[in-house]
Amino acid sequence: MTVYTLGLVGAVVTLGVIFEMLRRRKLREKYAVFWVLLSVLIAAVAVYPPLLERAARMAGVEVPANLLFFVASLVLLAVNVQLSSEVGRLEERVRTLAEELGLQRLTLERQVRTGRRAHDESSGDKSPDDRYTAGMEDPDAWETEELDRPGIDRPLEGYGPGTWDEAG
Amino acid sequence: MPERPLVVVPAWNEEDSIAGVLSELHAVCPALDVLVVDDGSHDGTAGVASLHGASVVRLPFNLGVGGAMRAGFRYARREGYDAVVQVDADGQHDCAYVKVLLDALGEADVVIGARFAGAGRYDAGRGPRRWAMSLLAGTLSRLAGTRLTDTTSGFRAAGARALPIFADHYPAEYLGDTVESLVIAIRAGCTVQQVPVVMRPRYAGRASQSPLRAAAYLVRAVTALGLALVRRRAFV
Repeated sequence: MTVYTLGLVGAVVTLGVIFEMLRRRKLREKYAVFWVLLSVLIAAVAVYPPLLERAARMAGVEVPANLLFFVASLVLLAVNVQLSSEVGRLEERVRTLAEELGLQRLTLERQVRTGRRAHDESSGDKSPDDRYTAGMEDPDAWETEELDRPGIDRPLEGYGPGTWDEAG
Repeated sequence: MPERPLVVVPAWNEEDSIAGVLSELHAVCPALDVLVVDDGSHDGTAGVASLHGASVVRLPFNLGVGGAMRAGFRYARREGYDAVVQVDADGQHDCAYVKVLLDALGEADVVIGARFAGAGRYDAGRGPRRWAMSLLAGTLSRLAGTRLTDTTSGFRAAGARALPIFADHYPAEYLGDTVESLVIAIRAGCTVQQVPVVMRPRYAGRASQSPLRAAAYLVRAVTALGLALVRRRAFV
């Protein structure tokens, strides 16, 4: 088996893995596009080696494989830097959400408290707020209590993973 | 002096000391609103704090002082406060100086309670750690156009001008809540001033004294300062 066959096998396996991950929804299209293009490029070089040789001659690299290694390491470096930056952006978003969650929770706790007080004072008549505060007498309860939340614990009607398969 | 100041206490697993801090605050200035930001504690910090009459924002996980403080600034902006004083939950800061910091807000947008400024004694150690401190102090003094000696102090106050800036851009990185936040405020046109304060020794944990740690601190301080200086100006 020549090195080019090996390259072709590698490219095909990569394409297969990418496709399977897309199928299982483990990879988003926007990230898959890059890897698919890269695999196709590798396959092209494997099928038609003069492509690499010509590129090496143009770049002034004596051994074509060295050009391949150089370009490959640059590409991998770039991908890693890009992912690091993406992680940082996500961290910043998570941070903002966490802060916002803490603030909203305090607001809600206060509403529950004032709602309850209003309820106690006007004994009897249910205030409209009770619809929202029912079952939340203890603000800590929402950490442990199982709430029936559509879309989180159980899929929304007609939008669950099951319906997707049935439709297909 | 601000009309509606808020005291923000960032707290992470401080159930032993937070009660003392809150009662002290209440004794010194009973009219002040206090917000404790529970930075993802695993102990009873939040419960103890609400028992002592503070409003408590509970963050779902630990974000560090920067994250806790930004939540505090956001709360202050939303609720219409016009100044924020940061007091640490470990009892290191003497609450009697909260009034001093607030008074100084009449003359500056950001006020730092500084340990080296005459009132108290503070041993910054020697070697790399001290170099780092004086490098930070020198650079930031020049930038602020006033003498700053204790730039890493967490005992500080922000006035009406600095508050919305910090609510949007309070860094979470290492030394971001102290050094970089100052750079951000100065670049946004805020004035900075320091007032001398006395600080108590920390209940637990001394500042790192080992030479290796001190050297690492120097490197991180230089990095944080350098980055803060060259970073793009925060959009205000």
